[in-house]
Amino acid sequence: MPQPLHVATRKGLFVFERGAKGYASPSVHFLGDPVSMSFADPRDGSWYAALALGHFGVKLRRSDDHGRTWNDVGVPVYPEQPADLPESEREKPGAWTLHQIWSLEAADPRTPGTLWCGTIPGGLFRSDDRGQSWTLVRSLWDRPERRKWFGGGYDWPGIHSVLVDPRDPKHVTVGVSCGGVWTTRDAGSSWELIGKGMFAAYMPPELRDDLSIQDPHLIVACPSRPDAIWAQHHNGVFRSTDGGRSFREIANVPPSVFGFAVAVHPRDPETAWFAPAVKDECRVPVDGKVVVARTRDGGKTFQRLDRGLPAPAYDIVYRHGLAIDETGGVLAMASTTGSLWTSEDGGDSWMTVGQHLPPVYSVRFAPTA
Amino acid sequence: MARVVFTANLARHLPVPEIRVGGATVGEVLDAVFAAQPLLRGYVVDDQGHVRTHVAVFLDGAMLRDRSNLAAPVRDDSEICVLQALSGG
Repeated sequence: MPQPLHVATRKGLFVFERGAKGYASPSVHFLGDPVSMSFADPRDGSWYAALALGHFGVKLRRSDDHGRTWNDVGVPVYPEQPADLPESEREKPGAWTLHQIWSLEAADPRTPGTLWCGTIPGGLFRSDDRGQSWTLVRSLWDRPERRKWFGGGYDWPGIHSVLVDPRDPKHVTVGVSCGGVWTTRDAGSSWELIGKGMFAAYMPPELRDDLSIQDPHLIVACPSRPDAIWAQHHNGVFRSTDGGRSFREIANVPPSVFGFAVAVHPRDPETAWFAPAVKDECRVPVDGKVVVARTRDGGKTFQRLDRGLPAPAYDIVYRHGLAIDETGGVLAMASTTGSLWTSEDGGDSWMTVGQHLPPVYSVRFAPTA
Repeated sequence: MARVVFTANLARHLPVPEIRVGGATVGEVLDAVFAAQPLLRGYVVDDQGHVRTHVAVFLDGAMLRDRSNLAAPVRDDSEICVLQALSGG
């Protein structure tokens, strides 16, 4: 049976379970509250939900009983913003204030309770106690290049992708919009800016290839071949086979190379899925048709998949709105107009699970209970 | 001691009974409240200790305009209301 789905939305967390006859009505948590990210931890069974309360700020809630009860745990807190800096180094008010939890991942697959959290405005935080306390990774935050980062879509830059190398959890690669791709080999003590080959058409020509201002909307690594990384970048689709050190542009994605989401097969690094849309700020499906683009040969060729997907329709899939399960056979995709689809044949055909959900921020498969 | 009242909207998230605490300024009073209930701090002020953009703090019926300066003096019979702004929903 397919794994349960955790769907984080503008108005709560919805948990869908697949039965023999399809998906049952979801259980609903935090109805009315924006949930920017969720994480069902395969190591200890905890569920996490990151709330972005409009009035009372960002909260992180954890459930130890599969959603029956939830408790506030800690949230990342930024240090005091330095005052009295020279004009050239001064940052805007709000630059050192948590705005949103944008990514939440297991830091070490073999050590329960260890977590990475990527935030808007561009901080990476680490917890070793199941989210009770968090520490800002100063080695990345204090890099001078961070001052060049800027927001894309949101007003502040943010860390949306945290890729932990299953071979060595000290090797972590993060994606920043707009701040490029960064990697550490020593669990965050030092960082290297990587991502050569990405380009930024939204910048003046002399800054087009500056690695520190790239906008990779999402990066994903193939779990069984972690050096195979796919990026859905603001300016197209890119692929790396050397752990993100260098990327090659994949220009033939139908019907467009713009989009936010990407998913990679857990065992086949050549197979990836995308949810294309019209660039830049338009952000609707091309020709009003929701489609998925899939490659099975590392980007040489693509299939345009639309069986079961709607038209005319204006759904847009955010960066965390496309997920693949552990087997590689089941996909889930959800939109900001409240549609949720799943595919159990690798994307060839899609089944509508919900059509009237709140705007969806994130879809993730949870471990089977 | 000043009386501190919180919006019922906060009670959805955590207990916020009306309390009386000492302090010479709004900041001191709120710090005393947060000392008694640490979780509440992050709901009212942000990482930098500023009153959240969409939280409104009233001292004796007047809204505090400067979110980063809570030095307004508090009388022994003052009332501080921490409310949810209409913006931010």
